[in-house]
Amino acid sequence: MPKSARLVVIGLCALVIAALLWWVGPRGAGPVAPQPVIEQYAELAHAVYADSLLAAHDLHDAVNLFTANPSGETLAKARSAWRTARVPYMQSEVFRFGNPPVDAWEGQVNAWPLDEGLIDYVATSYVYEQGNNAAQANLIASPSLQIGGETVDATELTPKLLADLNEIGGSEANVATGYHAIEFLLWGQDLNGTNAGAGERPYTDYVDDPEICTDGEQKAPVSHCQRRIQYLQAATELLINDLEYMVGLWAPNVADNYRAKFVNELPENEALRRILFGMGSLALGELAGERMKVALIAHSTEDEHDCFSDNTHNSHYYDALGIANVYHGQYERRDGSLVSGPSVEDLLTDSDHQAAAELDAAMETALTDLNELVQSAKQGQHFDQLISSGNATGNKKVQAAIDSLVELAGEIQRASGLVGISKLQPDNAGHEF
Amino acid sequence: MAAFELITRKSSSAPRSRRGPVSWLSVLTLAALVALVLSGCERSTTAPPKPENPSRSGGATTVFDTSDKAYSLPAANIPITKRDRFFVGNAFFKQPWVIAPASTDARDGLGPMYNTNTCQGCHIKDGRGHAPVGPNADSVSLLIRLSIPPTKQTRGDLGKFGAIPHPLYGGQLQDRAIPGVTPEGRVEVTYTEHAVTLADASVVKLRKPRFEIKDWGYGAPGDELMISARVAPPMIGLGLLEAIPEQAIRKGADPDDADGDGISGRVNTVWDFDRDQTAMGRYGWKAGQPSVRQQTTAAFAGDMGLTSSRFPEDDCRPVQEACLQAASGGTPEVSDAILDEVVFYAEHVAVPARRFDKPKQQAQGEALFKASGCAGCHTPKFVTGEHKDAPYLSGQTITPYTDLLLHDMGEELADHRPEFSASGSEWRTPPLWGIGLAKTVSSKATFLHDGRARTLLEAILWHGGEARPARDSVVQMSRAEREALLAFLNSL
Repeated sequence: MPKSARLVVIGLCALVIAALLWWVGPRGAGPVAPQPVIEQYAELAHAVYADSLLAAHDLHDAVNLFTANPSGETLAKARSAWRTARVPYMQSEVFRFGNPPVDAWEGQVNAWPLDEGLIDYVATSYVYEQGNNAAQANLIASPSLQIGGETVDATELTPKLLADLNEIGGSEANVATGYHAIEFLLWGQDLNGTNAGAGERPYTDYVDDPEICTDGEQKAPVSHCQRRIQYLQAATELLINDLEYMVGLWAPNVADNYRAKFVNELPENEALRRILFGMGSLALGELAGERMKVALIAHSTEDEHDCFSDNTHNSHYYDALGIANVYHGQYERRDGSLVSGPSVEDLLTDSDHQAAAELDAAMETALTDLNELVQSAKQGQHFDQLISSGNATGNKKVQAAIDSLVELAGEIQRASGLVGISKLQPDNAGHEF
Repeated sequence: MAAFELITRKSSSAPRSRRGPVSWLSVLTLAALVALVLSGCERSTTAPPKPENPSRSGGATTVFDTSDKAYSLPAANIPITKRDRFFVGNAFFKQPWVIAPASTDARDGLGPMYNTNTCQGCHIKDGRGHAPVGPNADSVSLLIRLSIPPTKQTRGDLGKFGAIPHPLYGGQLQDRAIPGVTPEGRVEVTYTEHAVTLADASVVKLRKPRFEIKDWGYGAPGDELMISARVAPPMIGLGLLEAIPEQAIRKGADPDDADGDGISGRVNTVWDFDRDQTAMGRYGWKAGQPSVRQQTTAAFAGDMGLTSSRFPEDDCRPVQEACLQAASGGTPEVSDAILDEVVFYAEHVAVPARRFDKPKQQAQGEALFKASGCAGCHTPKFVTGEHKDAPYLSGQTITPYTDLLLHDMGEELADHRPEFSASGSEWRTPPLWGIGLAKTVSSKATFLHDGRARTLLEAILWHGGEARPARDSVVQMSRAEREALLAFLNSL
């Protein structure tokens, strides 16, 4: 055979093989394997916790500035830093459900609701769990506490002491640490009920001067202001420590951290189950159920998530955005850069294009409806007003967001079946981490 | 402020990375995965099954948490799309109810007289309450039932109410009240200790409580008063117990001890207000309530002073005028919609799995449990029937370690206060599932109806009456045997 003919045959063979390869392989952009999706999920978790940590450092700086120089302006800056710190943290909540070490860690960081009388002064209208001996302990005013026969030396308000005080006496309402304890220290109680306005703690609560120091509207011993400064700093430091730990769990290239086990040791189906369970649990049980439906049917500001600061609308929105992040395999970092990679959506699109589009649509609707709550707050009607019993329009807005989250959870459940997760249930004994 | 401005972006327009060309290896992996999925093979996650004691104490509802949250989780087999009901109900279980009128209008109406303002305050972290440690210690998670003996005129009320309420104080001492209303009294407990020497010469100290009511708010109660102290029981597995078929429970009953084993086992016949007829009692220390729903409405009414469509009246006696005149939090105070969620929650609190961390010792303990006769009342296994309101609880093989029957527990434990068909010395066998995590959930947890037992061994040593032979055989055990028995109980 002439050389040229041989080349033609080889060329033809190559074409046939290429065609065969093309035919054997799935259409479109190529098949999506679960493993890269699982890796990208871990990447997102790491990025969102790293951002939460950076934002907590900013909060710490703002708190230091405020306590060194208390004024209306520095207090406003500290409050703003707290709100900013909530943006990445709320987007991290989707990682809490489904991942046991995150759920076990979360209590010290974001426990809610709380009997805030444990921490500081409260109004006489304060409602707390009776039988909770610590509900009126007032750590700011009391260097030594008697709680259910136990004596606690609280002379120094250290991060460790605060952590030990969580759930003291056995009540879950005793929360001494985390975002909501810091929120209370910055804002104080919101005494406006379902009317406009958030907590109005004056900056003078932090003035280390016997002539100026206050407990709200009342004059107070200077030790109260000194202890409040100490408390706020200790709680912020603890938050940083806790977030450092969580960043460590998700850090890449560490031999035996949670990420390594999650990515390399868990069977793919189990890892996918944790991912999808986290998305669905946050959407329905936690966000639509405990954080929105309860507040709505009880018309109760006590059930409002960020109740001191009136930041609930943002918390809810960013919670849902976290679900969308995981679905789309991407996260916009605080510096504006985009972390992006193989996603649950790719995986689902591969097995059922239609279902993927429907989940996407449900996700967008949920975000749009939650955005309505954000827009309402910007126009002066916050979540605590929307849930008031006389506010039919407001109630309707909250109900719409709940309904779209219910819809979303249904789509997530359907998607799970389509990617091979027959039972979307919490973790069981089979996996020790 | 820019940092928390909304990030508005259309998700589909953002860049995504896609995988490159397919490698043969990934095609093979995919094929293997597809085969795996098609074969329906899910990775096996349980230890080799033990035929008699599966680790899944609550069947498919079982959860595997061993932390202090172990009693607070929804049944594992509830799909995520139904879990909001659990968490909504749980929130109403945890959060304080407030005095009416309040802006929180769906959660007001506390009192006028009550024991506490949250369910969780007594069912601590969904677990047990505890007895007060001393005379002035808090007694929130314990309540005192009150009654007087029936007369010819009132005897007819027993069929519906189980006991005759005290004319001044009603069926339960309410030691708190809203401002302007006098509480009914205050509970004081004192303990006398005595020692029990076991066969291996080790000594266990038991404390016997004496409950006294001080500061009576509405006059002296008189000599006929009967009291019974009750500690709040844990919330786990209540719906599963409801789903056990009545015949299966009746099969264990032996009211006249026809088989001569010294153990009777009687069904308590109580009143079902929802169906307006008699029913089998399943809940409460004397099995005085037939259903989770009725138990819940009765607790709302008695413990918190909250009315429901089932019990629309506040528990105020004729002499308690301020109580009768207090503001209402709505008619009823607990709406049916909220009640439904709380009942759903109460029915679906999951039972934690057994833990086989010391398998040999625990197996020995389990054998001793049976050999000593404990399983004569603490029946290990049932299969639930169809629960029409709770499909996830139906058809589950469960290991509650209770027969749900009444047994004579002897003079030492007797409260001398009958309730429906339960005599003054009869108590319902309490379930043992999850009991090994009781102190993990609440370090203060105590055992038995009045919380007198601080440990499981103390609880065993208080067993008398029909359980006396079982108790005696534990006294006779060697240290190793006793430790094995306790290791078994702690594995539950």
